[in-house]
This record gives sequence, structure tokens and C-alpha cells, in this order.
Amino acid sequence: MAFVQLEGLGKRYGEIDAVVATNLSVEKGEFVSLLGPSGCGKTTTLQMIAGFVEVSSGRIVLDGRDITHAKPASRGLGVVFQSYALFPHMTVKDNVAFGLRMRKVASGELQQRVDRVLKLVRLNQHAERYPRELSGGQRQRVALARALVIEPPVLLLDEPLSNLDANLREEMQFEIRRIQREVGITTLMVTHDQSEALSISDRVVVMQAGRITQIDAPYTLYEHPRTEFISGFVGKANLLPGERDGAGVVQVNSGGELTLSLRPEKIDLRDKGQGRLQGNIVSRFFLGSQWLYGVSTTMGELSVVRRNDGSAPLTEGTAVGLDWDATLLRVLSVDEVPA
Amino acid sequence: MSTLVAIRHGRQGYWLSAPALALYLSLLVIPLLLTLVLSFNVFDYSSGINGDAYTLDHYSSLLGDPYFYEIFLRTMWISALTTLLCVVIGVPEAYILSRMGTPWRSIFLILILTPLLISVVVRAFGWSLLLGADGLVNQTLQALGGSPMKLLYTPFAVVIALVHVMLPFMIIPVWTSLQKLDPAAEQAAMSLGASHFTVMRQVVLPQIMPGVLSGTLIVFGLAASSFAIPGLLGGRRIKMVATLIYDQYLSELNWPMGAAIAVALLLLNLLIMLSWNRMIEGRYKKSLG
Repeated sequence: MAFVQLEGLGKRYGEIDAVVATNLSVEKGEFVSLLGPSGCGKTTTLQMIAGFVEVSSGRIVLDGRDITHAKPASRGLGVVFQSYALFPHMTVKDNVAFGLRMRKVASGELQQRVDRVLKLVRLNQHAERYPRELSGGQRQRVALARALVIEPPVLLLDEPLSNLDANLREEMQFEIRRIQREVGITTLMVTHDQSEALSISDRVVVMQAGRITQIDAPYTLYEHPRTEFISGFVGKANLLPGERDGAGVVQVNSGGELTLSLRPEKIDLRDKGQGRLQGNIVSRFFLGSQWLYGVSTTMGELSVVRRNDGSAPLTEGTAVGLDWDATLLRVLSVDEVPA
Repeated sequence: MSTLVAIRHGRQGYWLSAPALALYLSLLVIPLLLTLVLSFNVFDYSSGINGDAYTLDHYSSLLGDPYFYEIFLRTMWISALTTLLCVVIGVPEAYILSRMGTPWRSIFLILILTPLLISVVVRAFGWSLLLGADGLVNQTLQALGGSPMKLLYTPFAVVIALVHVMLPFMIIPVWTSLQKLDPAAEQAAMSLGASHFTVMRQVVLPQIMPGVLSGTLIVFGLAASSFAIPGLLGGRRIKMVATLIYDQYLSELNWPMGAAIAVALLLLNLLIMLSWNRMIEGRYKKSLG
């Protein structure tokens, strides 16, 4: 049996189903992200696991123990909140020591454990400061240290990076992953940011309207999105009509019944007249390491991403041919839930 | 933005606040100064106030007479007890209120504030109807086989009515500081193993201390200078300082003595409130910034 097991977990608010019969198994030491647009039920799921939201149906099993109706205090899980939820009237050290004091840990050991975890999050220089004297990233680390110091079986992260600016967010992403690896703690993270979910998780759980629609490793999820919604939510996607030819191979065809997904970086730009499809460049955006082109074709406007290899970029108005490897086309199924 | 900056740095600011300053000066500062001067004027029962002669007699009799001591002492303990009861009742009430759902919260907040719309005199009469010798409370006691108790014209009646009147002044500042609390901090404490009681004591209460502090200052100040409630519910025997001042002015017609008592009350109030503020703020300043 998996370390954390959600069995038919559901939550109803009056007439509204926030989470519908969700099944999920998380292995020990795994980093799993719950990814979805706001209102998809990912946070509600996390709060049910933490014990802040009453479960309407189903079970939550942690390491063989049914914790469905246990009080938050008795679950012993580490929770990091979106707002960090630090205690503003306590120093960093006292914030971190809070959970140990609740567990009546002897002062010598308490001191040691607080020091160790502050070192882990690289905040040992700031132990005597108050939260208001810290930057956003440092507060985030305090919240992480406070959750980790009690050595919880599972770490729950609720949108942990959404309050940070872009540069810091990337830095903290890798920091969270480093700490998670170092401690080897089973982690569940809720996020609406697909790049965050892809870059640091072992597996990504996509949720939509209270249901799980796909569970896969980040690479598989990106390369094989199941539905139109997922292909657009996780990365960028060009949607093309298509059909299977006589040999069963998928081909782009304007009269086709299927919806195909083709990632912008999988399209090659050729000279005019060559390739599978002709078009004109209508827009061009510089993204630093890449160029993003908009190409208008008979199948609509397609996005094409090309590596910035130092050569002069194509200008708007240039006629180009588009080519791709047909095995990179993905057939999408119709969304089973309204997005 | 630029106008604001101009106002802040130019003289315009003073002109714009002139009406308020004039009002403040004419309604507060000047009467206070007149009272202060009056408290040093000579008074004689046969000839009245002599505005040209000055004396320290009123202050020395205030300091020398145990009658005044007793009234001042009673005023202070009644105000302190009222403040304490307002904290004990008002803080949990504000907390419960802040945790209520959307329609109920506004309804109960209005319910708590509506007593402020009713005159203190009317409310004091209400209490005297309840607590009187054959008021509702005593009737109930007798119906249950007990003997009637003397409730009206006791410190008990004064305290209970003062708490009733002052409670909103405690709830409002505490409610305001509760609004600034992150509800997730309580969840965080619970996830770390804290009981509800521990969450209240170690997480919520320390954060709302600024609100509790302003509440206690307002309630103590208003209670120590309250007039209508001790006047109507304390009767002739349970005098407080404000009723004493009234007596000096209107029964004894000794205005300078009344002024001296008023000045003494003001100074005592200031002293107590400033040292209380210092004590609490000193303890929480470092942690709450």
C-alpha cells in the first residue's frame, strides 16, 4: 500500500462539488504536485489532507492509519501556507521551535533541532529576527523550517511560491527540491503554475473542476497531454485538425475529425515552398534564449519556437514553410469535464 | 498625489486644518485653562468666588480629607473592575464575532453597537427598573422563595451598568486588530500540534494586544469620568468623582473646589493611563513593531 492514499475523497459545499471522488497514491519520498486552474479543488484536497476541511466522502490513509477524521494537531503533518502564516510576534527561532514546544521536546534537543533545520534552509544568521524584518524568500524559508522541524511524515505545500517575484520564485523552486531531496520527505504541493509543477515534481496530478484528469511524470505529461485543456494548460500547444491514414498513422488534414497537438518547439522553419505547410510570419517575440514566431497558415495561426542560435531572426512578413516529425503529433481526447 | 505632497510641505496644511484647530482650541483648551485658573480662585460661602485672589486651599483640602480619598479610591477600583470585566467579556465576544459567517457577523456587530444609539440615561433607568427593591430581579428571587437583595445603589449596580455601556468600546478596537490577523496562522499552529486553547493564548492573544490596550484605555478613561450611571444607580451614598464634582458645582456652589477636583481627576487619569500604556506597549513593542 502506498504511503499516502486518497480513496474516493470528496467534498461538497451545499450543492457544489468542490472535489469529486478522488483517488491518489503517493509513495514514500515522492514529490507530487497538484496542478490546476483556480477553483479546480486542488487546495480543498490539500486542506482535507491537512485536516482543515471536513471530508464529505471517502478516506485518507497515511502510512496505514486512517486519518480521515483526525484533528489537524494529531496528524503531525508539516504544512506550508501560501501566506506563510508565520507568527508575527515571535522571532524566527521561536516560530520554528513552536511545534517542538507543543511536543514538549527538552530544551537541549530543541535547540539542536532548531539550529539544524535553520542551517538546512540557510537562515541560521537570522534566528533572532522577527518575520517583518525578513524578505519574502526568507519568510518562505522560515515557514519551511517550521514545518520540517517536527519531522513530519508528509510535507504539504499550498502555493508556496505564488507570493514571490519571478527571480526568487525560480531560486526557491530549486531550493525546495534540494531540501526535499536532502530530507527525503514525502511532499504534496499545490500550484497553479505549470512550470513550477514540471520543474520540481516526480509526478504531476492535473485537476479540473474537482476531478483528476491526468497523473504522469512531468516529461510524459508535457509530451503526451491527454486532453485539449491539458495540452494548453501545461506548456503551449498548437491545435490542428487531423485523421489517421490507411496505415493508422496520424496526419494533419484540414478536413480531419481528430484534434492534434503539436508543441511550438517541435515545428521547423524551412524556406518558402518546402515543408508540409506554407505560411507567413505575422509576429515575433524575443524570449532571450528563444524566438517565438506567430505564423499564419491555412490552418490558422501557429506558434513556432526557435532556439536563439545567434543568427539573424526572420522578419515579419517573411513567407516560410513549416515542417515537423509526424510522430510528434499527439491525438487529444475531448475534455470530459467543462473547463 | 502632488497636491498631497504640497499640502504636507507647505503652509496650506495649517490653513486647511484651521477650522478643526479653532474648534479644538475654543471647546477644549480654553475651558480647560479656565477650569485650571478657577481651581486656584478663593471661595467664600458668604461672598462667593473671588476671581482676583488665588489660593492653594482647595488642593490642600483635597489632599487632607479622607472623604475625598474614599471617593477617588472607589472611582479607581470601579473603573478598573469595569475595564477588567470588559476585557473578559469583550475579547472573546470580538473573537467569536470575527469568526462568524457573512450574514450573521454584520447582524451581530450591529446588535452590539445599537446600545450606543440609546441615551446612557435611558439605559441607566432600565437597569434601575431591573435592579430596584421590587424590580424584576428581586421579584424573580422572591418568586423562587429567596429573600430580596439590595442591588440598586450599590457598587454592583454601577459596575454592571458601566460594563454594559462600555463593552462596545472594548469590542471595536479588539475587532479591528482581529481583522489584521492571518487566519492561516491559527491553522499553522494547529498543524504543529497546538490545542485551541494554546492557539488562543500563544498565537491570537499576543497579536491583538494593541487592540486590547486601546480598549482598556478608552474604557478606563470613560468609566473613571462617568457621571450619569453612578449618579442614577449609585445614589447619594455610592459617589464617584464625577458626581462629587457635580455636587461641588451645583449643591455647594463651590466652583473652585469642583474645578480642583476635576483637575485632580484629569491628572490621575492621565497618570494611570500613560503608565499602563507604557507598561503594555513596552512588553509588546519589540515583538509587534
